Amino acid sequence: MTMTFSDLLPLMPLLLVTATAVVSMTLVGIRRHYTLTAAVTVAGLLIAAIVAASMMSFTNQQITPLLIIDQYSLFFTVVTCASAMFIAILSYPYLLNLDDQREEYFLLLGVATIGAVVMVSSNHFVSTILGLETLSMALYGMIAYPVHVKDSAKFPLEAAVKYLVLSGAASGIMLFGMALVYAQTGTLSFSSVIDTGDGSIAGLSEGFTVMAVLLVVAGMAFKLSLAPFHMWTPDVYEGSPLPATTYLATIGKAGMFVVLLRFIEASGALQYESLIMVLSLIAAASILAGNLLALLQDNLKRILAYSSIAHMGYVMVAVIASYYVQGTISIEAITFYLLAYVIMSLGAFGVASVVSTSENEVDDIAQYSGLFWRSPWLAVVFTGMLLSLAGIPLTVGFIGKFYLFFAGVEAALLMLLGALVIGSGIGLYYYLRIVYRMVLAAPENSSFRSTGNESLSSFGVLGLLFVLLLVLGVYPAPVMNIIQAISAAL
Amino acid sequence: MILVILIAVLFLGGVLAWLSERVNPNLPRTIALATVLLDLLIMLTLLGSGDSAGWIASVDAAWIPRFGISFYLAADGLSLLLLLLTVFLGAISIGAAWDEITERAGFFYFNLLWTLAGVLGVFTALDLFLFFFFWEVMLIPMYFIIAIWGHENKNYAAMKFFIFTQVTGMLMLISILVLAYTHYVQFGTISFNYHDLMNVQLSSRIEMLVMLGFFIAFATKLPSVPFHSWLPDAHSQAPTAGSVILAGILLKTGAYGLIRFAVPLFPAAAMEFAPYAMALAAISIIYCAKVAFAQDDIKRLIAYTSVSHMGFVTLGIYAWNEQALQGAVMTMLAHGLSAAALFMLAGGLQHRIHTRNMPDMGGFWAKVPRMAIVALFFSVAALGMPGLGNFIGEFLALLGAFQANIWMTVVSAFGLILASVYSLWVLQKVFQGEYRNSDFDDSHLSDLNRREMIYFAAMMLGLIWMGMYPQSFLDMSAATLGELLAGSEAALAEVSL
Repeated sequence: MTMTFSDLLPLMPLLLVTATAVVSMTLVGIRRHYTLTAAVTVAGLLIAAIVAASMMSFTNQQITPLLIIDQYSLFFTVVTCASAMFIAILSYPYLLNLDDQREEYFLLLGVATIGAVVMVSSNHFVSTILGLETLSMALYGMIAYPVHVKDSAKFPLEAAVKYLVLSGAASGIMLFGMALVYAQTGTLSFSSVIDTGDGSIAGLSEGFTVMAVLLVVAGMAFKLSLAPFHMWTPDVYEGSPLPATTYLATIGKAGMFVVLLRFIEASGALQYESLIMVLSLIAAASILAGNLLALLQDNLKRILAYSSIAHMGYVMVAVIASYYVQGTISIEAITFYLLAYVIMSLGAFGVASVVSTSENEVDDIAQYSGLFWRSPWLAVVFTGMLLSLAGIPLTVGFIGKFYLFFAGVEAALLMLLGALVIGSGIGLYYYLRIVYRMVLAAPENSSFRSTGNESLSSFGVLGLLFVLLLVLGVYPAPVMNIIQAISAAL
Repeated sequence: MILVILIAVLFLGGVLAWLSERVNPNLPRTIALATVLLDLLIMLTLLGSGDSAGWIASVDAAWIPRFGISFYLAADGLSLLLLLLTVFLGAISIGAAWDEITERAGFFYFNLLWTLAGVLGVFTALDLFLFFFFWEVMLIPMYFIIAIWGHENKNYAAMKFFIFTQVTGMLMLISILVLAYTHYVQFGTISFNYHDLMNVQLSSRIEMLVMLGFFIAFATKLPSVPFHSWLPDAHSQAPTAGSVILAGILLKTGAYGLIRFAVPLFPAAAMEFAPYAMALAAISIIYCAKVAFAQDDIKRLIAYTSVSHMGFVTLGIYAWNEQALQGAVMTMLAHGLSAAALFMLAGGLQHRIHTRNMPDMGGFWAKVPRMAIVALFFSVAALGMPGLGNFIGEFLALLGAFQANIWMTVVSAFGLILASVYSLWVLQKVFQGEYRNSDFDDSHLSDLNRREMIYFAAMMLGLIWMGMYPQSFLDMSAATLGELLAGSEAALAEVSL
């Protein structure tokens, strides 16, 4: 198949992100300048996000069999590029004093974003793997980035190797599933995994297909850190430098979920009862395991790691509901919740990033004692993010949970709704624990960093996220309309 | 529109109070008091107005069209009574906090006003999504009030309060969603509008489950046995103003929810469930009265008596006839004042001598005579002395309940005797007997000052008014209650046809 110029136009956001990575690489080669590299990356991602947003109203095109550029993928391209931009801004003060070469970090961030954009546009196994591996490879680098620095607080190398090995195994499992699909159907497109019954594909056995789908889903579940594939999450989250954790937790999760959603919707895999059973167990196990294991953690990153397991479990409820529900409500629920999840995770990790540096990460919740009285604005933002994660009204997390509940009720998934209620109840405890820490009186001798001018842009990002959190929590109608439109197009 | 203003004034006043702390640490309390009094003034203009259906004011605007959710606030006589109670006790609680809260006062009054705003929303929201929204919004500031300005075990108490109400609230959310979705199945549109949802027909089993979702949420807030265990902890740990709001206002939101939603939306299931609810009410009355008697902590004692008194409210509501409902509403109002006053006395004592342990106290009558008289008045009010509001409420509730369920009423009536026992017991322990200051520092034990006398006098006047001329309150809620009764009777008749 040949590509024409009209094929290139829809690819503009992807090309812009790629160009960003290339330019920052060239720049590093010509002259090392930390601020300039960071600025180029931020600007490139911003332009890509704006271009993607402006294309949303008119683009709907399959570019080669690999990529689909429709409203849905463009929506998540915007989310991905904007989040990557926010993370780049948050990384800037974090890495400012790193005693090593700092510029390549932004190159890695750009490359990871290329992978993520490919993933959200993919409806073919080949592009899934290409996007996923591009993202993961760059992430290994980002996780291990401060490895040469002596006093870097955590264990970047351990985290990177752990992620590399386990992620490689998961990719292998996923590839095996894809191979099984290919052996049967001779194609790798999502839409032809399962016999549609029109006789176009002969000689399929159901057991074979279910096995293939299960393997693919298991690989994806690993990347989404769904139980029982979640073991790596807390260690990797804890060991990585904060911006890399943020990237992994937001863009890594959201991108993978979009692929999972497309795969499930396009293939119609939920018609198999056994698969629904497996997914229900995964969802319930993730919700309970994530929330229970988070209860007794004292490390902020570990708490957020376990809570992300639970949140992915919440979204799975809507995935299962999509089989029973008429219309697009559950797809809207998934989309809205992913958006909400990205906003609140970015915010929560962002607060931690602002008060941390690469030499001194503030990730013990005891270190947040008295934050409310030391820097009230930061504490208000953090409280908002945590309450949103807990699903309390006035925040976007509540509307997201409301969506999930609605989808669950419509599909009459009583057991899973029960798990959602119990999980949210348990979740309150550990979110409120952090909030309670913040309102305690400040300790006398705290090792808290006083933030300087270099963090101003980070505060801007946090402020923006907080405004988004409230606006989407109080007046979500405009965004809901967009999501309804793009979900119908999926 | 006026309802939006009422709520917005409190929200904005809260923000202003918080910001004003930087100018002057005494400014927040002045701003908070001014805000609440302004609200009270606006509310008084609503008195006496109202259209033929009894709705005094309403506002209805599309909010989240995707789910048919509208910003629908409306107040009728019942709501207005509770709105007045809320703002009145809001002003009282600011008085209670006036000297007690000295640290981070700005944030305190912010939370206080936002709690009040959430409660006003709960009492006026007629879109069930909006109702749930406000239901949860009032929790967070209350959590902060307990967690920041509370006493020795505040973290535990605040957490327990939050988790109890939030988890049961989620059950209610699922129930609301089932209703909204069933409306979609039956009428083709998703709706959270109260009047629309009245028309939804559920199969009897689903109706029972959905009704229970509402009941559990409201029974937790009320609270009723077996969902009451958060209340003694929350009360004993909360600062005085927090206790006043909790006992005086927040508990009433549960009762309001039962009257407005849990019964009218599901008349058949509610009638089927009524004997069990009344049994829970009777158990609450007797059991918590007995537990109260065993407490040494004066605030815990009052907290248990609250549960006991709120049992009469549940009893009255599930008897579901005019007298019983009137009694329930009167009890809500009168208990709001008497419990608030008792908590303020207990809080005042704690502020002065830094203990809530009753065995350490005794013989205070000679030291603080004004306080003793005030305590006598409100104890006697709480035990149901004729001539004061509580008597009218509990008497009417029992009178109405007797027509519905004789045995439960007989059992509940014993609660009045137990109430006299524990009320007088407190007086004896604290104010009579021999005075000894071996276990506490009495250097700050001073009698009520003029400011305190003013707000106790205001509450006394309220209780006497309710006791002597209850008709003025009964008239306000009569139309609403009549309408609700007629509505459920019509629905029941339709079912039996």
